[in-house]
Amino acid sequence: MTARAVTEATFEQEVLNNEKAVLVDFWAEWCGPCRAVSPILDQIATEHADKLDIVKLNVDENPGLAMKYQITAIPAFKVFEKGEVVKTVIGAKPKPALEADLAAYIS
Amino acid sequence: MRDIIIIGSGPAGFTAAIYAARAQLKPLLIASSVEIGGELMNTTEVENFPGFPEGIMGPDLMTKLQEQAERFGTEVVYDDVVELELDGPVKRVNLGNGEEHEAAAIIYATGSAYRKLGLPEEEVLSGHGLSWCATCDGFFFRQKTIAVVGGGDSAMEEATFLTRFADKVYVIHRRDTLKASKIMQQRAFDNEKIEFIWNAEVARLLGETAVTGVTLRDTVTGDERDLPLDGLFVAIGNDPRTHLVHGKLDLTSEGTIAVDGRTSKTNIPGVFAAGDVIDPHYRQAVTAAGSGTVAALDAEHYLAALPKAPEAASETSVGEAEFAAVN
Repeated sequence: MTARAVTEATFEQEVLNNEKAVLVDFWAEWCGPCRAVSPILDQIATEHADKLDIVKLNVDENPGLAMKYQITAIPAFKVFEKGEVVKTVIGAKPKPALEADLAAYIS
Repeated sequence: MRDIIIIGSGPAGFTAAIYAARAQLKPLLIASSVEIGGELMNTTEVENFPGFPEGIMGPDLMTKLQEQAERFGTEVVYDDVVELELDGPVKRVNLGNGEEHEAAAIIYATGSAYRKLGLPEEEVLSGHGLSWCATCDGFFFRQKTIAVVGGGDSAMEEATFLTRFADKVYVIHRRDTLKASKIMQQRAFDNEKIEFIWNAEVARLLGETAVTGVTLRDTVTGDERDLPLDGLFVAIGNDPRTHLVHGKLDLTSEGTIAVDGRTSKTNIPGVFAAGDVIDPHYRQAVTAAGSGTVAALDAEHYLAALPKAPEAASETSVGEAEFAAVN
């Protein structure tokens, strides 16, 4: 399952008002590590679809949200619960390391 | 069991794969899960790789090297090695996904990792104004004041690249001369957004939740002063990535894997090393590629000299693996 894209137009509905926990992957086309980690996020999304929604936000196309959430390094992953950021993970990591960081939301 | 497994996917790993594949050794290349292509993936234009007079983007060069390796039959796995067993005639490579692969020869080409400043604030501020990847993060510093620490080619390239976004880029260097190539130095000197701060090192990072500046220490006088910044990019060098082979392969006093003379031979027969992981001095894409070639040729000679399957069968572990392959 490929994580779906959200934009400034859909962010409120898809992320802030989501009943489930949502991980937002802040990424950009010109960021090599972002592209490298993308398939790993897709796997985690598939394996934990019942607990965690995973969506992608292109910072190049949605700079307002990148600024709002004070993104200064990508890839950056922010987990939202009830509209609030509850966890931030920065940098491309191997799957076991990402799963460990996200353990509270996927197990 | 395979003939050969190559660990690493930079210029050394993929060049070794091109040679090993053309020798019909059907190499398996372990590319890592999130650092495929190695250091060049985070660079912009590569102007010094022979054969590309117009320059080539680092990621494009790595894609081409991979395509060339795959064209001759290299198999690429996108996972990380978590454990290695190098002693004995059968080398075992365990991956993060639980798979185990076996080969008669290993080429170890894991490159090097960015050197950290070694400051206690580094962990907390990492990703919050402190960055190791200008091409990834420069975008977030539009019209900001930032600094690059370092004096080599990487530092000059990053500083020059970052002027696309930032209003002001300081280069903080602990000496009064640069290690960078003359052309890269001149480009930085000519850029009016770049200002050099000589004989200075970063003593502290300032800021609770994000970088607000640094405390600089003069390397000559020891005087300290604060410099307000919105971001700091670190390019102070690299350290060879040897953690998987500590206690297994001999290292040099500089921390690289020790090899025999101009060969790629480590202290364990059948284990060869190539690229930045054996090179404390040159560390160029093209020297890494050359080193990968050496390793593939050394491995090919090693494999050719091994006893054929029936003789090897007297060794228990080899025997099992080879009979399994025959069945």
